[in-house]
Amino acid sequence: MKICVLMKQVPDKDAALKINATGLGIDTSDLTFVTNESDSYALEEALLLKEAHGGEVVVCTLGADSSLQVVKDALSKGADRGLFLRDDAFDNLDILSLSKVFAAALKDENLDLIFSGLQSDDVGNGQLGLLIAEHLNTSHASLVMETEMVGDSVIKAKRELESGWFQWTELDFPASLTIQSGINTPRYASLRGIMMMKKKTIDTKSAEDLGLNLTPQTSTTKMYIPEKTKETVYVDGTTDEIVSKLVDIFANDIKVL
Amino acid sequence: MKILVYIQRDGDSIGRNSIEALAGAQKFAAELSGEVMAVCLDSSLTEKLTGYNISEVITVSHDGLNTYSPLHFTAAMEQVIADVSANVVVFGHTYQVRDWAPRLSARLNAPFISDCVDADGSTGLTGIRQVYQGKINTNISAEGLVLMSFQSGAFRADSVETGSAAARTMDVDLSSVPATIRPGERFKESKGGVDLTRAEVVVSVGRGIGKEENIPLVKDLKESLGAELGSSRPVVDYGWLPHERQIGSSGQVVTPKMYLAVGISGAIQHQVGMKGSDNIVAINKDPNAPIFEIADYGVVADLFEILPKLSQSIKDYKS
Ligand SMILES: Cc1cc2nc3c(=O)[nH]c(=O)nc-3n(C[C@H](O)[C@H](O)[C@H](O)COP(=O)(O)OP(=O)(O)OC[C@H]3O[C@@H](n4cnc5c(N)ncnc54)[C@H](O)[C@@H]3O)c2cc1C
Ligand SMILES: Nc1ncnc2c1ncn2[C@@H]1O[C@H](COP(=O)(O)O)[C@@H](O)[C@H]1O
Repeated sequence: MKICVLMKQVPDKDAALKINATGLGIDTSDLTFVTNESDSYALEEALLLKEAHGGEVVVCTLGADSSLQVVKDALSKGADRGLFLRDDAFDNLDILSLSKVFAAALKDENLDLIFSGLQSDDVGNGQLGLLIAEHLNTSHASLVMETEMVGDSVIKAKRELESGWFQWTELDFPASLTIQSGINTPRYASLRGIMMMKKKTIDTKSAEDLGLNLTPQTSTTKMYIPEKTKETVYVDGTTDEIVSKLVDIFANDIKVL
Repeated sequence: MKILVYIQRDGDSIGRNSIEALAGAQKFAAELSGEVMAVCLDSSLTEKLTGYNISEVITVSHDGLNTYSPLHFTAAMEQVIADVSANVVVFGHTYQVRDWAPRLSARLNAPFISDCVDADGSTGLTGIRQVYQGKINTNISAEGLVLMSFQSGAFRADSVETGSAAARTMDVDLSSVPATIRPGERFKESKGGVDLTRAEVVVSVGRGIGKEENIPLVKDLKESLGAELGSSRPVVDYGWLPHERQIGSSGQVVTPKMYLAVGISGAIQHQVGMKGSDNIVAINKDPNAPIFEIADYGVVADLFEILPKLSQSIKDYKS
C-alpha cells in the first residue's frame, strides 16, 4: 500500500500577525512556523496503516524553503520519502491552481491513498484533498474520524457530520481522505527516527520539472485586520483590579453569584 | 450575470445556511444587476422555494440523488450549471457542501472561494474570507465561472426577499457516475452523560491553558462559580478533557446566562456552539483574538495571572 500525506507549514497559532507592506499578505519575518495541525493527524493515520498493512508513506509539501522542516519532521516520525514542491512561481497561486501542481507531482506515483488535513490553519480553504481527488479521478471522503481497511483495495472511513451525526463510507482505491483532528494521538519522533531521517530521500520539484506554467485563477485584492463591530466592555487594570471588577460584574451585572 | 444558489434540504425544510446564502445572493445580485436562480436536488422543497424573490427554481429529482452521494451530486450540478449557463454558484458552507463543492470546482475548472463571511458586488464579484483563524480578512476576486460558499451567519436569514418564482424540473443523466464512493447510513454515537445545554454558567477552556497539568486551574474556577466545564476542540483532541465537554459545530450548542471563555481564540466552529449565550466573557492575552468580536466583557491578560486570584475572590465573595 502506498500512501502520500500532504503536509503544510503554517504560522504558529499564537503568533501576532501583521499585514506586510504590499497590503496583500502577512509579514512573515518574525514568525515561528509549525506543521498544520490536522496534517499531523493525517501523517499518524498513514503511519498506523503502514504499520498494520505494510507499504510506503511519502510526505509531500509545497512552500518556502523553511517548510522543508515539515518533511524532515515527518521523515523522523517514520515516513519513508519526501517530495518537496518548491518554486517562486507557486507563491501567489490560488488553491485550484495549486491543486494542479500536486496532481502533476503525484499522478505517476501510483498511490493507493492520499491523506491531507481537512483544512489549513492559515488560508483555510478546506479543499485541496478533494481537488486532487477530482484531477486524479480517485474516490474521496472528507472530515474523516476513523479508518478501517476492507481487503486490500477498499478503505472504510468514518466521517464527521454536523450536530453529532456520523457516517461510514466505503471507498475504492485510489482514495483521497481529508483527516479531522483528534482521529488518533500523533507520535513524537524518536532519537533513532531523527538519525534515520538523514538517510532518507527528499526529491525537490519545480514548476518546470512538472511541465507547468500556471497563472493564478483568483486575485487577492485586499488583506486587513477586521474592524470590530461589537461593543465589548474591556475590564482592565492591575490583576487585582481586574479580578475585583470581574467579581462585581458577575455579581451585579450578569447576576450569577 | 446569472447567480445560481444551491439549496440544501434539512429534514423537511430548507437548510438555514441555504436561506442565508440566498439572502446573500439577492444582495449582491442587486449590486451586479444579476439574476438569482435556485436549484434543489430534491423535489420536496419546490413549493417553499417559489415563495422567494428568485427568477427561477430548478428542481432535479433522480433516484441517484435521494440520499447524499458526492459523485452524484457533483455530476448533477455540473449538468444544471451548464443548462442555465450560470456565472456564479452560491452555497451555504455546510459539511455536505465541503464534501463535494471542491470536486465540482476542479471538474469545471472554476475557482471555489470558500467559507466567505460577505461578498461585494460593487466592482465585479469579490468574496470576503477570514484567514489565519479569523484574525485577518481577505478579499478575493475571480473572473469567469466562480463558486462561492458562505459561512453560517454571513447573511441574515430574515433578510431574504420573498416573491413568487417560476419553477421547472430538470432531468439529469447519472448513468456514468462510478460507484467508487459508497456512503452508509448516518448515525449518532451514544451520548456521554453530560448535558451542557441546561447549564446556567459555563466555564470553557481552550488551548491557551497550555498543558493538561493546568486543567485544575479552570476546574477551580468552575467550582467557585458553580458552573459546568466546557472546552474547545483541541483540548478534547489532546485528551485533556472528554469529548462530552466540547462546545461547537462538532460538539454541544449551549446558551447559558454566562459563558466564560478562557484561552479560547473564538474560531467560527467554536462560536456556533456558544454565541447564543446571554453574556460572553473572554479572557485571552491576544487583543485581536476573534472571541472579542462576540464578547460582552473582555479581559486582555494572561490567564495564569487571573485565574487563581479570580477563583479565590469568588469564594471569598460567596462566604
Ligand atoms: C469542520 C471543523 C469542525 C470543528 N469543530 C469544532 C468544535 O466543535 N469546537 C471547537 O472548539 N473547535 C472546532 N473546530 C476547530 C476550530 O477551528 C479551532 O481550531 C478551535 O476552536 C481552536 O481552539 P482554541 O481556541 O482552544 O485554540 P487556539 O485557536 O489555538 O486559541 C488559543 C487561544 O489562547 C490564547 N492564549 C494562549 N495563551 C494564553 C494565556 N496564557 N492567557 C490567555 N490566553 C492565552 C491565545 O491568544 C489564543 O487566542 C473545528 C474545525 C473544523 C474545520
Ligand atoms: N502548500 C501545501 N503543502 C502541502 N500540503 C498542503 C498545502 N496546502 C494545503 N495542503 C494540504 O491540504 C489540506 C487542506 O488545505 P486547504 O485546502 O488549504 O485548507 C491541508 O491540511 C494540507 O494537508
